[in-house]
Amino acid sequence: MSTATAPTSGARNIKTVQLDEIVIRFVGDSGDGMQLAGTQMTNTTAVFGNDVVTLPDFPAEIRAPAGSLAGVSGFQINLSSHDIRTPGDQVNCLVAMNPAGLKANLADLEPGGILLVNEDAFGKVNLQKAGYEVNPLEDGSLAGFRLFKVPLDKLTTEGNKGSALTARALGRCRNFTALGLVYWMFNRSLNETLRWIDAKFGKKPEVAQANANALKTGYYFGETCETFVENYQVPKARIAPGRYRKLTGNEAVALGLVTAAKLAGKELFYGSYPITPASDILHQLSIYKNYGVRTFQAEDEIAAMTSVIGAAFAGALAVTGTSGPGVALKAEGIGLAVCTELPMVIVNVQRGGPSTGLPTKTEQADLLQAVCGRNGECPVPVIAPCTPGDCFNMAIEAFRIALEYMTPVMLLSDGYLANGAEPWMLPSEASLPKLRVQHPTAPNSDGGFMPYLRDAKLARPWAVPGTPGLEHRIGGLEKEDVSGNVSYDPLNHEHMIKTRAAKVAGIAKSLPKVEINGSPTGGDLLVIGWGSTYGAINTAVERCRRNGMDVSSVHLRYLFPFQQDLGDVLKRFKRVLCPEMNLGQLSKLLRATYLVDVMSLPKVQGKPFMVRDIAGAIEALMKGNNGR
Amino acid sequence: MSNNVTMPQLTAKDFASDQDIRWCPGCGDYSILAQVKKVLPTLGIPREKFVFVSGIGCSSRFPYYVNTFGFHSIHGRAPAVASGVKIVRPDLSVWVITGDGDALSIGGNHLLHAIRRNLDIKIILFNNRIYGLTKGQYSPTSEFGKKTKSTPMGSVDFPLHPLSVAIGAEATFVARSLDVNTKHLEEVLVRAAGHKGTAFVEVYQNCNIFNDLAFEYVAGKDTRDDHMLALEHGKPLIFGKNRDRGIRLSGTTPEIVQLGGDVKEDDLLFHDEKANEPTLAYLLSRMHHPDFPEPMGVFRAVQRPTYEALVNQQIGAARAQQGEGTLEALFDDGETWVVN
Ligand SMILES: Cc1ncc(C[n+]2csc(CCOP(=O)(O)OP(=O)(O)O)c2C)c(N)n1
Ligand code: SF4
Ligand SMILES: [Mg+2]
Repeated sequence: MSTATAPTSGARNIKTVQLDEIVIRFVGDSGDGMQLAGTQMTNTTAVFGNDVVTLPDFPAEIRAPAGSLAGVSGFQINLSSHDIRTPGDQVNCLVAMNPAGLKANLADLEPGGILLVNEDAFGKVNLQKAGYEVNPLEDGSLAGFRLFKVPLDKLTTEGNKGSALTARALGRCRNFTALGLVYWMFNRSLNETLRWIDAKFGKKPEVAQANANALKTGYYFGETCETFVENYQVPKARIAPGRYRKLTGNEAVALGLVTAAKLAGKELFYGSYPITPASDILHQLSIYKNYGVRTFQAEDEIAAMTSVIGAAFAGALAVTGTSGPGVALKAEGIGLAVCTELPMVIVNVQRGGPSTGLPTKTEQADLLQAVCGRNGECPVPVIAPCTPGDCFNMAIEAFRIALEYMTPVMLLSDGYLANGAEPWMLPSEASLPKLRVQHPTAPNSDGGFMPYLRDAKLARPWAVPGTPGLEHRIGGLEKEDVSGNVSYDPLNHEHMIKTRAAKVAGIAKSLPKVEINGSPTGGDLLVIGWGSTYGAINTAVERCRRNGMDVSSVHLRYLFPFQQDLGDVLKRFKRVLCPEMNLGQLSKLLRATYLVDVMSLPKVQGKPFMVRDIAGAIEALMKGNNGR
Repeated sequence: MSNNVTMPQLTAKDFASDQDIRWCPGCGDYSILAQVKKVLPTLGIPREKFVFVSGIGCSSRFPYYVNTFGFHSIHGRAPAVASGVKIVRPDLSVWVITGDGDALSIGGNHLLHAIRRNLDIKIILFNNRIYGLTKGQYSPTSEFGKKTKSTPMGSVDFPLHPLSVAIGAEATFVARSLDVNTKHLEEVLVRAAGHKGTAFVEVYQNCNIFNDLAFEYVAGKDTRDDHMLALEHGKPLIFGKNRDRGIRLSGTTPEIVQLGGDVKEDDLLFHDEKANEPTLAYLLSRMHHPDFPEPMGVFRAVQRPTYEALVNQQIGAARAQQGEGTLEALFDDGETWVVN
């Protein structure tokens, strides 16, 4: 992957190797500030103009025992001079702040990869905690890598001679020393991070100074230390022109929700109970008070859900966000929302389950819960973004559907989308969809106001309290069609069930056609996925196509109802493969809906798919295919 | 002479819906409905501004029978639904109708939190000490040892006292009344409606089917005067058919004393609904039949900012400081860069 080399300026003769793409992973103790270092590297890289995809990976415990394997926190960044969609399968450069970080991550480093370690952290105690009997820095076991032993603690202290801070406080700056060295190694500018340090620690000048010194010390160490003979440059990517910012999936959901409210001319109500990995949406929305956003930290998820129902009844653009365990608690409330046919959005940022499961790890195993997980015939439209940036679009789309069809809508994100980041082009207002809201102001029939008198899309009117003459009562008991009065009539019940089902099924008419990446007319193999597997699936399929295989992909963002032409598309391919971070939930739905023999490719390790997981499965299948 | 055009004066009839009422004949709920319909038109609030939210239970059918906006929600969750309504529409008059099971069993959590937040909502708890709708199981307010369908040998659950719970949850308004004491109930409802904050009202309600005469000691003509104590702010605690007995404090515990002789009115405990500390209100909430006459009326009525007012103040302050948010500002925030 190295292309050209050129000597850089400077006293020493250092050559700069041009790379197309590089995957860096920072690992250390949860207290080592790895998420911060990773985030800074991401910002700097994005501002420089590379394409970038990130994968933060942190333990569920805020502070697991220091130095332990359980406490290892990591942050992976893929930066590239072309369009990329995954954080990368293999790490090219591993920055390990302690033995536990090294031990837990070494297997992912490519043979011959760059290995920067903080040698000061490899004392007896830390080695023991990580389960090393001998120091791996000294026993030759790392000979297969380009190992650089860096005294990060010493450098940090020396770079801060005369500082008033305690040794402990200085120690906390060592992530910036490491970051500085990485900036030198990959030719990044220090400016973004220096500016950030200033803004963050401006009120504590000695802390700001220590971090800035650490960053520069790391950088100059790279420049002057004889062990480093080359560094690397990943040129800017050719990406669509425009103004960009870096966005995580959770941030994008929050932005999308606020945008939807603005587009609808409404104020947003967000009722939620904190839960990983959804809490950041609550945090983010709580700062948008000048947009009229009201956040309500409820006493539990049931209250979060039902407060949202109340807010929707009262005319707000109402939304709740949670993760799988919270959705389980909301289920009865969602049923009430289906019965009362009010518009609202339920965001599920999925994590590993069942039960408390793996709170900080990603999974897609709540799909069937979203589609089927309530009592009675209880149809809820389900949609899913496929990249962090797409979370913005799909949050708006969720409200489009909710408002047009008067229905709760489930938006399925996951931990990987939520915490992963990518550059996001700021949209122009003109490019955004229009959201139309109408509240009746006069009775809709001669007999007075009929809350369940439907329009052509089977949506009922949204009459809000405070409107004279439209006083009416709704609730969870079965309704008589049109009047909305309580009714136990058997045929009315069946009619209402069918009507609610038909309304949600009818949403398909408003959806775009299925997009096929590859051969639209069909072929040997279709790989179909949904949600955050988008990057890995598309990258794998494109690689296989370049290698001559007749394979295409489809990525679903609409999971209930499916797009109208999906059955037709599936039948154009000889075989269909469905990679999912669950035991085959989408494949089950596709098989049941279309009687197509979908093969499942499950992965439930709390980690996203690697490109090679999927490419390998495709290759194996295609080999079998050739033999047929 | 001027020709004044006045708003048509609404009456109880205007608040009756067209739905058939499905409670059992003789149920105490009828009387509570009648008093509420009587009080609503006197409050000077347009009909369309009322929202009645309920949970599940016999009592929770209530919203169907008043011609206002209404929401019959799910079991126990009415306070949370009402919170959502009130936070986004502080201009509405929001009433929660709930039962003893609905409010204190499945919905206990929401009740506590609505009360502590002090949303400006009126919570009317119909306490019949039984699960009516599910046909007669014991409830969290049923007496210890009570025999019901689910407790053939008597309940071994220790009961909750709704007003003690509400006071423990930092309630700013706490009151009690009785279904058949229509005048008293009307007065208490008017007081609750006038309170700015969460008004919690327990109404003793007879379920003549599954727990008949549960409150006969305070409802029956012959017994009531000796077993209830009408609370009046600033007045001594006196009760009895002949108003000859009172409540006095002995240390920190109340005791019943006979007036006359050594004991003067001034020796009695005086009611103070405005007391900052809820100690007195709590003490009153612990006076139970048959050891004590049960207090009726307003136990506590103090002022504290309402939740929705504080929420909307913050929104107002943010808008004043930062200006109304625009999409442009929303997107172009933090570190951005341009690709040409
Ligand atoms: C989730 C759920 N669990 C149980 C029920 C059954 N249920 C309906 S009403 C009720 C108890 C009602 O008692 P209370 O709140 O005292 O009201 P009452 O009928 O006495 O007025 C129960 C257990 C239900 N509707 N929903
Ligand atoms: S069961 Fe009891 S509470 Fe329910 S309607 Fe009948 S009398 Fe009233
Ligand atoms: Mg009851």
